Amino acid sequence: MTEVRKGRTAKRAASRAVKRRALAIAADGALILYFLFALFPVVWMVILSLKPANELFSTYFSFTPTLDSYRTVLGAGEDEGVPFVRFFVNSLVVSLGAVGLSLVIGLPAAYAAARWRFRGSENLMFTLLSFRFAPELTVIIPLFVLYQQLGLFDTYVGMIWVLQLVTLPLIVWIMRSYFADLSPELEQAALLDGYTRKQAFFRVALPLVKPGIAAVSLLAFIFAWNNFVFPLILTSSEAQTVTVGALSFLGGDRPKYNLTAAAALVSVIPPLLLALTIQRYLVRGLSFGAVKS
Amino acid sequence: MDSSTEADHGAASSDDAAVAGAPEKASAAGPGPGAESEPGAGPGSGAPPPGLGAARSVPRWRRTLRPYLLIVPALLLTGGILYPFGLGLYYTVFDFAASKPQPDPVGLENYRRIFTDSSFWDSAWVTVLYAVGAAAVETVLGVAVALLLHRSTLVGRVLEKVLILPLMIAPVIAAIIWKLMLQPSVGVVNHLLRPFGLGGVQWTDTPTGALLSSIAVDVWVYTPFVAILALAGLRSLPTSPFEAAAVDGGSWWFTFRKLTMPMLWPYVLVAVIFRFMDSLKVFDIIYALTEGGPGDSTVVLQIRAYLEAIRFQRYSFGLSYMIVLWAVVYLAAMVLVRYLGRIQNRAAEVPK
Repeated sequence: MTEVRKGRTAKRAASRAVKRRALAIAADGALILYFLFALFPVVWMVILSLKPANELFSTYFSFTPTLDSYRTVLGAGEDEGVPFVRFFVNSLVVSLGAVGLSLVIGLPAAYAAARWRFRGSENLMFTLLSFRFAPELTVIIPLFVLYQQLGLFDTYVGMIWVLQLVTLPLIVWIMRSYFADLSPELEQAALLDGYTRKQAFFRVALPLVKPGIAAVSLLAFIFAWNNFVFPLILTSSEAQTVTVGALSFLGGDRPKYNLTAAAALVSVIPPLLLALTIQRYLVRGLSFGAVKS
Repeated sequence: MDSSTEADHGAASSDDAAVAGAPEKASAAGPGPGAESEPGAGPGSGAPPPGLGAARSVPRWRRTLRPYLLIVPALLLTGGILYPFGLGLYYTVFDFAASKPQPDPVGLENYRRIFTDSSFWDSAWVTVLYAVGAAAVETVLGVAVALLLHRSTLVGRVLEKVLILPLMIAPVIAAIIWKLMLQPSVGVVNHLLRPFGLGGVQWTDTPTGALLSSIAVDVWVYTPFVAILALAGLRSLPTSPFEAAAVDGGSWWFTFRKLTMPMLWPYVLVAVIFRFMDSLKVFDIIYALTEGGPGDSTVVLQIRAYLEAIRFQRYSFGLSYMIVLWAVVYLAAMVLVRYLGRIQNRAAEVPK
């Protein structure tokens, strides 16, 4: 009797193990399926950017690779009349400028909002948060008119100014959460040691949140870099950035897919490289400090 | 919410310009922590502690003003952004356009025109379809990916490293990439589908196809966003309830429905709110993928405003669209954030 029962339990346990194993394989399979969907477009861009122009529409996966597209996009080959290198430099300048300005202005505000409670601070925080969710065109259409009157249309200053809409709320909200996590007792000890308030901020608080500053700056840089609607409307050529510039190869009488692919890839390299360096801090950054990990 | 912020709230009411430190901390550690520790500044400490010279004492008005001084630059900048917004609001009661540089006040005529115009309601409908569709698919797919990654098998650990990739690609670039892939005749998607007898799908050339394709691009870019937040949530959940459920022999579905989802929901909800609000104001993806076409089938509200204000240069009329969208987004945000607050409070009560 017991022998039979034992045998049956063992058999049941074995079949359960097989089932679990099958489920585990299915789960990994599902994951791989999702990542094929997520990664294939990037792989396809690489393929497209390496294709010679004459094989663009006649081949899919087997072709003779060439770097001509990159040469053209980077201004070393055939001239297509698209100054992509300048767009790239513009993106660098306006994104760095926007992050720099936001840091200088946002860090003191974030610190004040974390350390003191006073009239105006919550209002400022929520106004900034509402910028994050406001439809961009609500501000850009008036700016489009205003910038033309002020001579800021198609300038670095104009772009850096409007990008504050992207970078400032991010930096203030996230840095406030970092400052709030910091025990005030550290600064207080410094003050008792004879530091001034300013020294306590610069020598004690700021160094402790340095990783946070680095992460949020990179994230703000990425968002500024990836922005499209501001440069689309507020620049025309001088201060135009890569996101708008990448579209210009699609215009004209024959669409230049290989050049578009090369331009797209070149323009995603900086944000991708930066993103890989701040993986650990992304959760807090992406959720505006609402989720910490 | 961390303790110091909560302490803030406690201390705030009595003394407006002080103090981050909680009162009890202040008494234990001398002058109020984040507050001024220039002698005598902490709430409750009457006289400067001996030994710290009066030389460093800072006049009271400066202490009171300090936080305000720190946020002045941010306030100015914020003002600089609010000004064009106010200006935009002001424009909407005029008939300002490139063809009419000396505008006349028209009252609420722009809004009346919008609300009686069927193209507004069409745009609003497409916008809602897009936002709900994108946010729903991203939530389900994102949570699923997070659950699968949370098992941390070898495959999962390798793939997790590249999870972020689509999210860091500018949405407009993502749309360009997909546009090239979805070309009906030469695009690679139809080429890959040909063996399955689906070689000639007109992805972005039919109204439904264009909307679904745009949503698909949104899903491609933003599913990692939901997945990353959900995964962070999963990793921060307490393990003991799951161990208990395993001992009791609860099925996977039971555990998921009764334990995982209720505890994970606050995290996922943050992601859903971000995604829903952002896709209400979608612009880049549709601009690059379909430009609102074919016909008007994917003209969401921001695209409509762009066409009216920038392409046809009817500034006032285009702005009226944006003010309406802004109001909708604002209301949606208020409702959702209030709901989030309730959910987070409830989650905080769950014993860990």
